[in-house]
Amino acid sequence: MLKIVGYTDRLSVRPGEAVAFKVSCEAGADAFDAEILRLICGDDSPGGPGFKAEPVAASVNGRYPGRRQPVNCGSFGLVSTDVGRPGEDGMTVAAVIAPTWLDKRAEQTILSCRAPATGAGWRLMLDPAGRPRFEVSDGARTVGVDIDRPAPERRWSLLIATLDTAERRIRIVHRLLDPLPGESGIEAADRPIPFAAPDPGDAPLTIAAVLTGAESERLFTASHFDGKIESPVIAPLVGEPAAITAVAALAEGCRARWDFAAGIDTQRILDASGRGHDGRLVNLPTRAVTGSNWRSQVVRWTDRPDLYGAIHFHCDDLHDMQWGTDFRWTVPGDLPSGVYAARVSCPGDGPGLDEDYLPFFVLPARDAPKAPVAFLASTFTFLAYANSHHGYEDPLSEVCYGALLSLGPAELFLKERRDFGISVYDRHRDGSGGVYSSWHRPILNTRPKRALWNFNADLHVVDWLHAIGQGFDVITDDRIDEEGAALLRGYRCVITGSHPEYHSTAMLDAFDAYVSGGGRLMYLGGNGFYWRVSTHPELPGVIEVRRGEAGTRCFELPPGERTHAWGGEAGGLWRSQGRAPQQLVGVGFVAEGFDENSYFVRDAGSFDRRAAFIFKGVAPDERIGDFGVLGGAAGYELDAADPALGTPPHALVLAHSVEHSNVYLLTPEELLAGFPGQDAIENDKVRADMVFFECPNGGAVFSTGSITWAASLSHNAYDNNVARITGNVLRRFIDPAPLEP
Amino acid sequence: MYQIDPTRLDLAEEFKRRPYGRHSAELQRVLNRMRTEPFEGHYVLIREGRFGPYKLGRFGRTPADPIAFTGQTFQNLREAEWTVFKLRWHRLTGLELPLD
Repeated sequence: MLKIVGYTDRLSVRPGEAVAFKVSCEAGADAFDAEILRLICGDDSPGGPGFKAEPVAASVNGRYPGRRQPVNCGSFGLVSTDVGRPGEDGMTVAAVIAPTWLDKRAEQTILSCRAPATGAGWRLMLDPAGRPRFEVSDGARTVGVDIDRPAPERRWSLLIATLDTAERRIRIVHRLLDPLPGESGIEAADRPIPFAAPDPGDAPLTIAAVLTGAESERLFTASHFDGKIESPVIAPLVGEPAAITAVAALAEGCRARWDFAAGIDTQRILDASGRGHDGRLVNLPTRAVTGSNWRSQVVRWTDRPDLYGAIHFHCDDLHDMQWGTDFRWTVPGDLPSGVYAARVSCPGDGPGLDEDYLPFFVLPARDAPKAPVAFLASTFTFLAYANSHHGYEDPLSEVCYGALLSLGPAELFLKERRDFGISVYDRHRDGSGGVYSSWHRPILNTRPKRALWNFNADLHVVDWLHAIGQGFDVITDDRIDEEGAALLRGYRCVITGSHPEYHSTAMLDAFDAYVSGGGRLMYLGGNGFYWRVSTHPELPGVIEVRRGEAGTRCFELPPGERTHAWGGEAGGLWRSQGRAPQQLVGVGFVAEGFDENSYFVRDAGSFDRRAAFIFKGVAPDERIGDFGVLGGAAGYELDAADPALGTPPHALVLAHSVEHSNVYLLTPEELLAGFPGQDAIENDKVRADMVFFECPNGGAVFSTGSITWAASLSHNAYDNNVARITGNVLRRFIDPAPLEP
Repeated sequence: MYQIDPTRLDLAEEFKRRPYGRHSAELQRVLNRMRTEPFEGHYVLIREGRFGPYKLGRFGRTPADPIAFTGQTFQNLREAEWTVFKLRWHRLTGLELPLD
């Protein structure tokens, strides 16, 4: 088990800005050491270039007290007023629900107002068998009234509960909104209670969880509800709850009613009663989900928000661990732009278990001269895969990868610690797909010395730039999303990592402006510019991804729930939105496989005079990249040219990859219908294409279309044809002399 | 459902020679059958160090359940692939694979 983990409070910083470091000594060490490093290469694999980092004489280097920091995952709503305190006569509480995980066999809270210390108060909930229950407590005694059968999973139920203080009686009614033939539509139960009124004191009202404690701004909760909740209401006592057929009947004269169809693009929950009992959401439950009145009238919440009055809560939602800061560092003005990390370490019992690297990206100062080259750190891709579990939770992983699954200490840690949150590749425990991913937690697969995938694989490019002595700045997805084309402007060449997969509209607009304004882009990866991402101005370090009915994906979101809550854009592939990656970089995703990697052979385009500079020093019949840390420069995920999807007509296809295995299959969006012969052996479309083309005003694009390209750069002490081609392009792209089409 | 022909030892030999990369169409069918076993009991390797050795385990009923170790440890992935191939051959054909 990992002994120490941590995170920074932000993805990227500029000189003069501060970054906070938050560390947890998971094994209880009473001290840890910290050291700031400039990361050069994270690949410590046998035959790889080796782990390389330069120490930074930072003021924060040193020893710190250790502590184990707690985590509170699971989303909930919070209303910090006295709205949950029963009135003199009592009260009515109601909500519409659709539970999604009864099999967890645990208490699930729907609405609650209880004093954390004593439990005094009330709770509308499901019991471990999924049966609706209304429970009250005076702090010493807890009594509840139950419905006999479970609320059905993934169907809508109206729950109404009353507390009658005069009669000392509680009631609960369960009404199925769409009963099946022969199914009883309504059930009710009541019972006396041995006290008049439960008094929660000044406890807040919580939705989808029960409050168990608080430390300053940090709240601790339990008994989370998995499923959708709609239209919660607090109303005065009603005499005949069984006569109420819709929650709207409680609206008049109610004390509060929360309309989740309002403020869908926010983390606020608004009281529609006009009495001001607004609240907030914690840990990013999913909004913009269909409500009980949705009947396929529309598929975008923006067209009819009133049909999207539900929120989907999950027990494994997570936004911000809110760990205490152990040290904070203001980045000095003379610190070179680069990829950095705080190495934190404490005594452990195994290699890699007693240290962690907390990465962050340092951009140049806004007024600093720009280097000729900007390396793009794909921070949104890192977020999309953050702490992903899908590689071992999906039973089809092995047959897709073509190799046995293999879990190391970090994967095993995450398997045990679901409270470290999921990625947008994972399903929540209730089976629904994850749509948010946050930086505000330790992200154990965005680290050096881990799998050669995304962050650690991208460091191969950084390592090569260092090896050839090329000065460069580091820029990041999140900063392009914020600052747009202005961030790219002025760089002669922008060079990507191995897998720049996730981009927002603002980012694609910025890249379009860059290359059409004379910028030169080197796309050294595969599966790039593939999915749409949204961000939220009030939620830095978090992305939203909504997967639709196309693309290589681990799940498909339900109909009607594929529009982003943040910004209202259609989710899914950029290809599905009319901005296929071929338009920007000439190639787009066609296939993937993970068993064995291969190489490229030259095509006619490589012998065109326009491409002569690219292949200087490369023989006509050379295999390109039949070597490397990952076995070949063509592999994992492959992109090909396709004029129908936007590859410019003047683009030169320079080379294509060959000899991929049976497990490299065409991606679903390439298929209109299933047919035999989709693997690399039978289908010529399963290949990576290397392309080059010129853009207006002196711009240009070079793309390799393969994730494993960068892993071949270091072969033979950086003297090989992958490094030669990449270097040829880089030197020419930096040269401001016009490219002659 | 595709049934593995236990007399096709040539396919097992082909896999042993080259566990990764291009396979014959018939061996790929064998592998597809083997690798699509249900989650519960699915074989998985646990890396003890950064690059091995590898302990063989099997998943529980759900991803949240613990991994049960078989007691077998391998120094490299090819060795692990071959052992699991033989285990699956036995389970799916009812016969021991008569190859080392």
